[in-house]
Amino acid sequence: MKDYSLREYVGLQEIVGPIFVIRNIHNVGYNEVVEIVDEQNKARLGVTLEVGKGYAVVQVLGGTSGLSFDNCKVRFKEKPLMIGVSEDVLGRVFDGVGNPIDNMPKPAYGEMLDVNGLAINPTARDYPNNIIETGISSIDIMNTLVRGQKLPIFSGSGLSHDLIATQIARQARVKSESFCVVFAAMGVKYDVAQIFIKSFEDSGVLDRVSVFLSLADSPSIERILTPRLALTCAEFLAFKRSMHVLVIMTDMSNYCEALRELSTVRGEIPARKGYPGYLYSDLASLYERAGMIKDVKGSITQLPILTMPNDDITHPIPDLTGYITEGQIVLDRELHSRGIYPPIACLSSLSRLMKDNIGIGMTREDHPPLASQLFACYARVKDIRSLAAIVGEEELTPLDLLYIKFGDEFEKRFLSQGYFERRTIEEGLDLGWDIISILPKEELVRIKEEYIQKRYKKKA
Amino acid sequence: MEKTAGKVCRVVGPVVEAEEITFLRMLDMVEVGEDRLVGEVMRLKDDRVFIQVYEDTTSLKAGDPIYSKGSPLCVELGPGLMGNIYDGIQRPLEALEKAEGFYIKKGVHVLALDRTKIWHFTPLKKEGDNIKGGEVIGEVQESSVIKHKILIPPLIDGKLKWAAKEGNYNLEERIAVVEKDGRSNDILMYQRWPVRKPRPYKEKLTVREPLITGQRVIDTLFPLAKGGCVAVPGGFGTGKTVVEHQIAKWSDAEVVIFVGCGERGNEMTDVLLNFPKLIDPRTGKPLTERTVFIANTSNMPVAAREASIYTGITIAEYYRDMGYNVALIADSTSRWAEALRELAGRLEEMPVEEGFPAYLPARLAEFYERAGRINTLNGDGASVTIIASVSPPGGDFSEPVTSHTKRFIRCFWALDRDLAYSRHYPAIGWVESYSEYLDDIKGWWHDNIDEEWLTLRYTIMELLQKEQRLEQVVKLVGTEVLPQAQRLVLEICNIFKNAFLQQSAFDEIDTYSSARKQFLMLKAIAALYHDSERLIKQGASVTEIRELPIHQEIMRMKTKYTEKDLEKLAQLPAKVEESLKGLEA
Repeated sequence: MKDYSLREYVGLQEIVGPIFVIRNIHNVGYNEVVEIVDEQNKARLGVTLEVGKGYAVVQVLGGTSGLSFDNCKVRFKEKPLMIGVSEDVLGRVFDGVGNPIDNMPKPAYGEMLDVNGLAINPTARDYPNNIIETGISSIDIMNTLVRGQKLPIFSGSGLSHDLIATQIARQARVKSESFCVVFAAMGVKYDVAQIFIKSFEDSGVLDRVSVFLSLADSPSIERILTPRLALTCAEFLAFKRSMHVLVIMTDMSNYCEALRELSTVRGEIPARKGYPGYLYSDLASLYERAGMIKDVKGSITQLPILTMPNDDITHPIPDLTGYITEGQIVLDRELHSRGIYPPIACLSSLSRLMKDNIGIGMTREDHPPLASQLFACYARVKDIRSLAAIVGEEELTPLDLLYIKFGDEFEKRFLSQGYFERRTIEEGLDLGWDIISILPKEELVRIKEEYIQKRYKKKA
Repeated sequence: MEKTAGKVCRVVGPVVEAEEITFLRMLDMVEVGEDRLVGEVMRLKDDRVFIQVYEDTTSLKAGDPIYSKGSPLCVELGPGLMGNIYDGIQRPLEALEKAEGFYIKKGVHVLALDRTKIWHFTPLKKEGDNIKGGEVIGEVQESSVIKHKILIPPLIDGKLKWAAKEGNYNLEERIAVVEKDGRSNDILMYQRWPVRKPRPYKEKLTVREPLITGQRVIDTLFPLAKGGCVAVPGGFGTGKTVVEHQIAKWSDAEVVIFVGCGERGNEMTDVLLNFPKLIDPRTGKPLTERTVFIANTSNMPVAAREASIYTGITIAEYYRDMGYNVALIADSTSRWAEALRELAGRLEEMPVEEGFPAYLPARLAEFYERAGRINTLNGDGASVTIIASVSPPGGDFSEPVTSHTKRFIRCFWALDRDLAYSRHYPAIGWVESYSEYLDDIKGWWHDNIDEEWLTLRYTIMELLQKEQRLEQVVKLVGTEVLPQAQRLVLEICNIFKNAFLQQSAFDEIDTYSSARKQFLMLKAIAALYHDSERLIKQGASVTEIRELPIHQEIMRMKTKYTEKDLEKLAQLPAKVEESLKGLEA
């Protein structure tokens, strides 16, 4: 067989941003790997974005700086972008395109996998069951995380999303032996990446973590590849090595911006706010790689983090993410500034997979009605607070005042907990009953009477 | 060896351009490259064709061959559809899984209907009968609840020259021969139909009957008619999918086509794992016995997502032509519109609003017009009802897909984010939602349930309107200062919202309410209102009424009374009267 990898071309036609056009070539496939060797004899990776008769449009993942029309050699590899995977990726640190940056040689790999992944057949999926006990009550009780779920953290700049993610990664691990973390950083600052790495180190799990770092100073185009590399490793570990993988991806907003940059350079028709029309499909091709498969032991749970530009939840990035993921954990600036950690806005947060995984035989029989009642009462608190802001607390009815008290206690005792505090579900539920018992029984219409009789705490 | 119909000359994502073409027409189905990826001709320009490819185009090259299938994109219609799970271009996903493992690979060709499976065919026509297209010539028991009528393809007519005896046949065996002008046509148990072309019927009729969904806010406040269309818009997390699942589970349609168009994989899995376990309250059989699934999740190829809606509606029309009432549930049409936008962008078409192509409204109109109550070619009454969710970006209902959809539908269930945040489900808001079918279907309620239905419904709607206005005042001054009569309105609305509108999909009893139960509950609340109103005129206070045990009983009536206790539920208005009398004294 002819070895096409030796096929080399010189002579680019046009270079714009991260893209170049090359002509007088043949036999080049769409979405295949291109290797560009520059003057320093360094290789950069590229992918074909468009192919035609005798030409190809290539995006260069390492950026195009320093390239000119004839100072580089272009090799077409005739295959989609692949990454070598093995269990040895655990405990290692890679850059955004998959080269090790921990001063160790490339890990040995047993298998080459296409980084784009394949869609899981919906009939082969297993419905996520088995909750992940994170030890954080506002997640466990109110927005339960389930193995195989994709649950993003919608944050804003300056909020404590990194702490929450590391706390989850640390506290969620005990349940199973074969637990590991794949961490992908896209366009974040060096110190943010260090927070994660240090936290993994402190909790002694660093050898169970695989890190992919595309920091803020790397070419932005590289960020399009980074999450795909991470997810391909995760898929290998989960579905071929039966591990339970937690994938943390931060910050998805930077990923989307790289996509927008690329789309703009290509002159594509934008949809909302300049983002390309295929942003939804593109994000889905990442998020949908979470899940479980029938008769396969492992699972991929995704915890993407994104900062909402201007705290705007209707911005295309959080909006489209919310449409794909199974819920969201929204952080609230007001809670944060009042010193409440974790500042999880309970009402706008949601876990879609919670309903089928809590209650009798899974957590505790009173969990679903209690959670629902806490939501309803807390929503009422918000209304009453805005009323109190106008008429003053003196004008409120005695019942309204009880609600206000409930709201304060709920935030101070239930939502709030320490960074190292680990609250079991049992403890969380009892605390919930404790607080909801501030309200008279008649208000608890979402809870069956038998549970009220059993759990409602009468005032002394 | 098949002849090639052209050569690839450009590949951009799911769109492929080809040149040196021969015999390709608009919307013809083609196969692209050596992997034989399925595609469809979208545009002819000069000597080139533009093809949208339904599979991943990675590694396609200029110069790869194009093969013509000689027909537009078709679906196979025949026994074996029921309970099956297809992707957007009707590839059977379970068979794919068996053949290829848990990932969907490209270039795999599996026939939609299993040719080897044996069906028991019962003929209904005699040799020598005159046969027209669309007539029923026999039956097959397809699932425990569905008798699959074998239809003559709509474009064939003539004399029945030969008919198979009752017996077991597979899909490849002919079961009849129809002759016209000396030419005979073999009739098989399955037929093919192009997805983008509506199947013919005898005449369209106006709608008359409600589609009872067992969801109180829907059936009582914003009813949907059999043969109608409804849009369910809502931002993420407002519970669109749960509403759609509930309708797929409990609606009284005989056949349900569930199209998961560009949605979550796990959600589809939820449906696929749950439906076989769920028992249809009307037939006592699992729901899969009456459901066809089409699953094109968000990470599956975008062009197939565009086709999935058409595949779904064509299958729906096919069961309609057998005389069934069919419900098509599409989750979500926004993803379909986005697929349209993405493809239009790749075809370099001029965008109008937010990147959507100018023909978006036309496509939406065509789709919704395929719903309706009709007389089939065989002369039976039947209907297709469309329940389509819309996912407006940012929950903004003024965006193009929602606003255009509103032009073509007559029923609108607007999901409200505030309701969803307080976990009030189904979060169908009563201010923005509407149904224009009320007048069409009130006759059914009056004939089958009670003459009083529409009056009660308007009473409660009026209270909700009043509450809306009062809330403005309450926001400024609190409830304390309101007169008792107005506080009663707030209290009754509070009861109505908690005890009636809110319905848990996950509670065994509450998940479904029959039309009768809904009416009785409505009546109990109305009785409480009218009796209290009288009492308050005599000087009683709302707080006193709230403290009565009957108040708690009404609050909890949805789960306290099962479908078997409706007799007792009917006693509630009398009970209300009695306990309020106590207050009078």
